[in-house]
Amino acid sequence: MVEPPRLPEGLVAVVKRDCPTCGLVAPVLGELAARGRSVAVYTQDDPEFPPTVAPRFDDRELTVSWHHRIETVPTLLRIENGIEVARTEGWSRSAWEALAGISPLGADLPAHRPGCGSLSVDPVRADQLRVRFEGDRLAARRIDLGEIEDELEAAYDRGWTDGLPVVPPTPARVLRMLDGTRRAPDEVVAVVPPDLVPVTVEKVAINAVMAGCKPDYLPVVLAAVQAACTDRFNMHGLLCTTYFSGPVIVVNGPIAAQLGMNSGVNCLGQGNRANATIGRALQLVIRNVGGGRPGGIDRATFGGPGKYTFCFAEDEAGSPWEPLSVEQGFARGTSTVSLFPGHGPSAIVDQISRTPGSLARSLAAKLRATAHPKLVMGMGAMLIVSPEHARVFAAAGWTKARLRAALDELLLIPGEELVRGAGEIEEGMPAALAAGRRLPKFLPGDFSIVHAGGSAGMFSAIIEGWVSGERGSQLTTQEVIP
Amino acid sequence: MTVTLLDPTAERGSVERPQAPRPASIDGQVVALLNISKPRGEVFLGQLAAGLAARGATVRHYAKPTFTKPAPPDLRRRIAEECDAVIEALAD
Repeated sequence: MVEPPRLPEGLVAVVKRDCPTCGLVAPVLGELAARGRSVAVYTQDDPEFPPTVAPRFDDRELTVSWHHRIETVPTLLRIENGIEVARTEGWSRSAWEALAGISPLGADLPAHRPGCGSLSVDPVRADQLRVRFEGDRLAARRIDLGEIEDELEAAYDRGWTDGLPVVPPTPARVLRMLDGTRRAPDEVVAVVPPDLVPVTVEKVAINAVMAGCKPDYLPVVLAAVQAACTDRFNMHGLLCTTYFSGPVIVVNGPIAAQLGMNSGVNCLGQGNRANATIGRALQLVIRNVGGGRPGGIDRATFGGPGKYTFCFAEDEAGSPWEPLSVEQGFARGTSTVSLFPGHGPSAIVDQISRTPGSLARSLAAKLRATAHPKLVMGMGAMLIVSPEHARVFAAAGWTKARLRAALDELLLIPGEELVRGAGEIEEGMPAALAAGRRLPKFLPGDFSIVHAGGSAGMFSAIIEGWVSGERGSQLTTQEVIP
Repeated sequence: MTVTLLDPTAERGSVERPQAPRPASIDGQVVALLNISKPRGEVFLGQLAAGLAARGATVRHYAKPTFTKPAPPDLRRRIAEECDAVIEALAD
């Protein structure tokens, strides 16, 4: 950042001709000088104004106004040993008298008169000024587009997009995005696969701008990038797989409501900016910084729409159960992101069951079919229980642990049904594993339950997983740091 | 007015590495077969091993701990130290 320009000792006023209050106080500035005070006046719009006092300094570049955070004109400062020790804004006789140590002052003037907005905070100029004075915080290469180049097409031409248009990452937008975090722009957040590139807060911010994020979302995006780029989550393998999956982000804690995230009606669908853009920002970081692109190292047979973005919040307020983040070891009230390697959702319909045992059997029947009804212990799943289904369990006093235990029992499957060849299907579990025993559909830790969705609909949703456990990818939770 | 954008990429040029020299013949060479641990990989590699052995190569078998992650550096180093060439099956 550029050093703030040093101000002269004594009184310093910042004014502009275009402000009636500045015109009103012009004689007072002359009065201060005449009564032996050292006064320096910085003028934002006309170096000849005010004629009543010298020395005047030309601040049409707004360098002094911007660096000294002038919000209102006139502003009167007192500088001692190069440091601002007092400030008053607008005209207030008593405040000016106190600051200047002269009384009476401006006897002909009304006692108070509010000032006008400083040009350095004029919305038309503010972004430009910020880029001029703070632009050196940004280390990324600057790309000047040609006069007739369309900025959205330019992003496509350079391979930066996921197929949808991106918001052009101008320095002004990236500086605003960086306001969303206390972390320094040059802090390395993670090492992004597949090219194993250290990514800085700034590069994440650039991609978050492109994804359409607001600055407030940045801490969640940063946490998601961190979680994705761990050996535990194994983003490298998830990207390279021929399978359908991608990172699914579940947001817990107060940040979800603060960002207006959707945990209710259509929470896995379109229409919520935070849900849509946080998931997209993670994918753009992997694409642009990590170099992971479809047709390159990503050679998924089908992929899935969730690879544009897949992010939602858990409905904690309406849940009868502890949230996912608490199960993952975080205190209630901590904001977290949990990443699950998944795709979907697939639907479970049960509009008839009113007893928890019957409903659990419905859920288990569909869960058994994830990936393949005869394949077990290899892939995980996330079950999203809707409010109407959760109500059935809550009314019967079933805790999440009780539901989990019931599902575990229902999903212990006789080996003879799973073994290769059984049911006249060649696919299945090897005989050495399956013969003579019951096998669990999911290994411990590979199956999770969250609560979300609209208040109407006796459906639940399954997000099917990818290769689970240490061999593949595990649910990974990261605290959101402001 | 021209628009300035910030580069969202890693700002890296692609590195071109020369291919390792190809052996003139596999007779007498030590050839590594790296099983990436995908189903039925051993069937494919078994066929390769028989063909290589018939042509006078010594075959050594290696396996990645899991197909979802890159081969660990130690495994890559061992293969480089112990063998003249490596064949890796990349996918199923």
